[in-house]
Amino acid sequence: MTQTELRPKADPARPSRFSRAVNSDLFHSFRSNPVAVVSAIVVMVLILAAVFAPLVAPHDPFNPATLNLMNGFTPPGEANAFTGDFFVLGTDDQGRDVFSTILYGMRISLFVGFSAVLFAMVLGVILGLIAGYVGGWVETIIMRIADIQLTFPAILVAMLIFGIAKGITPPAYRDQMAIWVLIVAIGLSDWVQFARVVRGATLVEKNREYVQAAKIAGRSAFSIMLRHILPNVMNSVLVIATISLALAIIAEATLSFLGVGAPPTKPSLGTLISIGQGFMFSGEWWILIFPALTLLALALSINLLGDWLRDALNPKLR
Amino acid sequence: MLAYIIRRVAQSILVLLVTGFVAFSMFSFVGDPIDNMLGQERTVADIARLREQLGLDQPFFVQYWRFLEQAAQGNFGLSYRQGRPVSDILIERLPATLELAFVSGLLALCGGIGLGIFTAIRKRGVSANVIMTLSLVGVSLPTFLIGILLIYLFSVELGWLPSFGRGEVTRLGGWTTGFLTESGLKALILPAITLGLYQMTLIMRLVRTEMLEVLRMDYIRFARARGIRERAINFHHALKNTLVPVITITGLQLGSIIAFAIITETVFQWPGVGLLFINAVQFVDIPVMAAYLMMISVMFVGINLIVDLLYFAIDPRLRVDRSAAGGH
Repeated sequence: MTQTELRPKADPARPSRFSRAVNSDLFHSFRSNPVAVVSAIVVMVLILAAVFAPLVAPHDPFNPATLNLMNGFTPPGEANAFTGDFFVLGTDDQGRDVFSTILYGMRISLFVGFSAVLFAMVLGVILGLIAGYVGGWVETIIMRIADIQLTFPAILVAMLIFGIAKGITPPAYRDQMAIWVLIVAIGLSDWVQFARVVRGATLVEKNREYVQAAKIAGRSAFSIMLRHILPNVMNSVLVIATISLALAIIAEATLSFLGVGAPPTKPSLGTLISIGQGFMFSGEWWILIFPALTLLALALSINLLGDWLRDALNPKLR
Repeated sequence: MLAYIIRRVAQSILVLLVTGFVAFSMFSFVGDPIDNMLGQERTVADIARLREQLGLDQPFFVQYWRFLEQAAQGNFGLSYRQGRPVSDILIERLPATLELAFVSGLLALCGGIGLGIFTAIRKRGVSANVIMTLSLVGVSLPTFLIGILLIYLFSVELGWLPSFGRGEVTRLGGWTTGFLTESGLKALILPAITLGLYQMTLIMRLVRTEMLEVLRMDYIRFARARGIRERAINFHHALKNTLVPVITITGLQLGSIIAFAIITETVFQWPGVGLLFINAVQFVDIPVMAAYLMMISVMFVGINLIVDLLYFAIDPRLRVDRSAAGGH
């Protein structure tokens, strides 16, 4: 049985999508870079563990019915002195399994990180395309706002947005809204990077022949921006998105740690670290160290992947 | 040159006006100040009288202008939470933050330049590679985590250094300093490392990249051919030319040191303006938030302006490039 029989529709001269992906330069560079492979595996494992947390986690840390206060402060890898229950990474003061809280916390961290980057990306790409393609006073306004925002560190902007949003939302909804406010705050603090790069690339692309041709063919500005220019600036956008993801996850953890992020009822990795810090002095190190290591592994491997992607997609940089 | 300076100053004023606008809007949109000031038993007449007294019946831009006037005089009203003038609280807290920022900035600069030169010269050495790898970990490690880990190691496990606060401080006029007492200096070590480490890795990587670039240049090769000692080449010929971008980035990093001080101050309960701000965000204390925003934007804009002008003064080539490329 040959390949062509399995996929009768495929043109034999044209390799399948899959084999094209496997033989591409990008994949080759990926395979020959052990750091990238290891980081990709770590990221995949962590993401899968977070997505399937309800299946993977041995306990449901947010269901009070399953908690036993007697299990509190069980050290990792030892059976509890009273109940004899065993927890891989130990338990916190309320007897919650640290391993399970990390899985659920990572879910929130990753959700906020991905959503914030997506939000920043969509906003930044749209504004960047418009600024670069339309030009004139529209460009001046957009880029001036970007410049002003860039004067301030992103984390400060995010804190400020969070504070204002907290003031506007009624107290009863604050905990519910916190996650969404966090996404908007981090997203709004991060769109500038995308807008600047996309605008720069658009300025170059818009004078190319294919854009001129599309204009003559009567394409609307909207369709030229979206279907002709966007695909050509996507490489740089992807690189920034990967690096932004690591930054967004760190930003989320930082905000939550400072108490201006995810509420204790929905703890993210940052909230867990902040809880763990309280037990550091009394010797229950595992409540702090394991969430911290998870955050480090997540941020470091995404950063390394971003580094590799930047070099692979842009050989000129090396 | 003059046109450039005027344009930069105008831009800085614009930034201040916009942040002022943001700060002012915070007052107007987040909660009604009348609600905050009058109790439950108020009459419509009371509300109208106070509204007139505070000038809240004036048009929006008149109010904005009055806010700017007040802000320029450092008057931001009373803190909702502490009931004291915000400017007093800020002035009281500022020395702690400035001392911390100064020490960690110094640490980042000295450590960063030193390690940067080292890793550039010993490009293929084992220790240089180890440092480079560690620096990537340092970039990925969030500031607050560095602080916690340092506390865990040096305060909890070893018990060498205090884990929170400023130690004993000495009053010098309106300024409080921790430099003069032993406990003050001890308390400064961990926060300064926490705050400076990230900037140090950034400066180090920058110096290394610039240095490698310069060492590839023809005039360095020529200096080698002339038989000038390696040491003189590295420090005299190469280092000088890498310092221009380093100055710029370091200047800009000074601003982010003050911002990241928020995180460090929270971890170490350091009684500076950053801790004040984060508490204000938690309790929606708008006057403090607005005042902090204005204060920090004046600092940032000032630093950016000085760095830009300095950059311009140091490197004459830029005068041509900038005006030629001056899209905006």
